[in-house]
Amino acid sequence: MSSLTFEQLLFYGFSGLLIMSALMVVLGKNSVKSVLFLVLCFVASAGLWLLLRAEFLAVALVLVYVGAVMVLFLFVVMMLDVNFATKKAGFTKVLPLALIIALAFLALMKQFFNAEVFNQLPSAVSASDNVNNVEQLGLLLYTDYFYPFEIAAVILLVAMVAAISLTFRGKRNRKSQNIDKQVKVTKAERLRIISFEKEVNKEPKA
Amino acid sequence: MIQLSDYLTLSAILFAISVAGIIINRKNVITLLMCIELMLLAVNLNFIAFSYYLSDIQGQIFVFFILTVAAAEAAIGLAILVALFRARSSIEVESLSQLKG
Repeated sequence: MSSLTFEQLLFYGFSGLLIMSALMVVLGKNSVKSVLFLVLCFVASAGLWLLLRAEFLAVALVLVYVGAVMVLFLFVVMMLDVNFATKKAGFTKVLPLALIIALAFLALMKQFFNAEVFNQLPSAVSASDNVNNVEQLGLLLYTDYFYPFEIAAVILLVAMVAAISLTFRGKRNRKSQNIDKQVKVTKAERLRIISFEKEVNKEPKA
Repeated sequence: MIQLSDYLTLSAILFAISVAGIIINRKNVITLLMCIELMLLAVNLNFIAFSYYLSDIQGQIFVFFILTVAAAEAAIGLAILVALFRARSSIEVESLSQLKG
């Protein structure tokens, strides 16, 4: 191999960016900086997903994930006044353990990647193929995966209700039954006897 | 030509980094949540790489649903974190021993 192609250049660039920013997320001392590097991770992997021709998901990752979820993270990190000094207590004690587990995991996975079958797969989508990723995804999502799609919507609704009810601090104006009060009620509280003057029918009906 | 195993190696490295991050940052709940997000990202990268090299779009559908569930999980996790911080004014994992599990 004489020189890198453009695609390889992009792949290695985005991969390096992804790994570097993931390391900064894990090792950073400041939580706010960690969140910002996590954003960089998502942007780098959106680039990789574009290389893999998953255009819709790459755009959705940047717009929805970076735009909404990461901003939520950032809000929470900035809102909570966390004492950063306590974060790194016992850092050097667990570092060897973390390294051992990570390297063992990598060695294990490497056994699988060396299998020839992964390198013989042809990438069936060639550059000249004019396929519309959004159209393909939509066709499948609104036919075969319609019920899972609806369930995903319900999951989002449930998450929204749960998040609001967990953090809501105002007065809860719920109308609910108070059984104690109902049992203890006496006749005098509910029933009022009024005496009327008897009405005399003066004019007889025609 | 970039092979499938390149993408798989990349996502394995990312997953290993986030596993190490969970062990290193086990005091801070926010960083733990961020490491979980990184893990999900590594898995999503695997799904999309396989979807491309097998030319099967169903992998991308799966990533779509993973993104949905991950967003819900992040929202509820952060809400629990805010409620916890209000109650205990600390989000260290070691101070969460109320349940005496």
